[in-house]
Amino acid sequence: MTASRRALIAFCLRQTIPVACAYIFLGMAYGICMNTAGWHPVWTLLGSLIIYAGSMQFVLVPLLASGASLTTIALMTLFINARHLFYGIGFIETFRQARRSAYPYLIFALTDETYSLLCALKIPPELNRQQVIFTISLCNHAYWLLGSLLGALAGQTLPLDFTGIDFTMTALFTIIFLEQWQNASRHGPALIGAACSLFFLLCIGPGHFLLPALVVTVTLLMLAGPRLAPATADNGDRHA
Amino acid sequence: MPSPNPLHTALALLTVSAITIALRAAPFLLFGGHRQLPPAVRRLGTLLPPAIMAILVVYCLRNVQPAQPPHGVPELAALALVVNLHRWQGNVLLSIGAGTAFYMLLIRILPAA
Repeated sequence: MTASRRALIAFCLRQTIPVACAYIFLGMAYGICMNTAGWHPVWTLLGSLIIYAGSMQFVLVPLLASGASLTTIALMTLFINARHLFYGIGFIETFRQARRSAYPYLIFALTDETYSLLCALKIPPELNRQQVIFTISLCNHAYWLLGSLLGALAGQTLPLDFTGIDFTMTALFTIIFLEQWQNASRHGPALIGAACSLFFLLCIGPGHFLLPALVVTVTLLMLAGPRLAPATADNGDRHA
Repeated sequence: MPSPNPLHTALALLTVSAITIALRAAPFLLFGGHRQLPPAVRRLGTLLPPAIMAILVVYCLRNVQPAQPPHGVPELAALALVVNLHRWQGNVLLSIGAGTAFYMLLIRILPAA
């Protein structure tokens, strides 16, 4: 291995240490959740390979278990992952300069953590910028896959009762909600979401309230949009 | 139990993947030139995340039954721990880890319906 390649890998590994911790930990939680729900590790790995979006992968577990329709799943994906629409805007110029073979992957792999890391990244002049960006994106995806695999296998091989492990999802979403709340000057959108979901939960019950809650919430936000101040300074803070 | 129909599962994964990829790729496909996102879309983009997150928290707690033991105590107590620990330390892994461990303990020691 050449010295420059060693330097590249060393730099990328060091920069991605926080992401490695988060992705391996949460990936394992996801893998164990999937296993506890009865899914073969192949599904877990497939999800982490082609979706690579933590929040959505977590939500998919109970959605699939409850037999949600593809329409519900599609709408949930649209709303939960809508923030990704905004990540690319800042990187149009940067990614355009990448190798043609790397370009699609860079776009695919632009998750919350990778986006945050790339935004904050300061690359030493002796390293090739495009190589760094690609290697970091790849490393983060690898951590997520590794965590998912470890979790799925741990669920299978360890004789432990992991009942209740899906609380990691509740905790994660609550933390994100808390951080958003703390950073927001106005809480209108959060309250609208909470009110709609509670209303439909009480009216329709846990099995079918989600889709109406989503549709009504988004509709209200579109209608009331001009009257609601921006909730946060950036587009949604950190997610997993 | 997992869906008995692996085809449905495969379709679900592909659907989620396709939509996620479309969302991530949209700026590059639409604005590879120099057009701006319409202001209404931009505004919706800032309003959506907190609303969606609120819905997701309610979704996670949808099966809590206040009338039946354990009356949602494991969820409330564990979330109280998560929130307070996070406000104190701000460490995501610590907050999730401790909260989940506490929850898993509570559901084992508190009597259920």
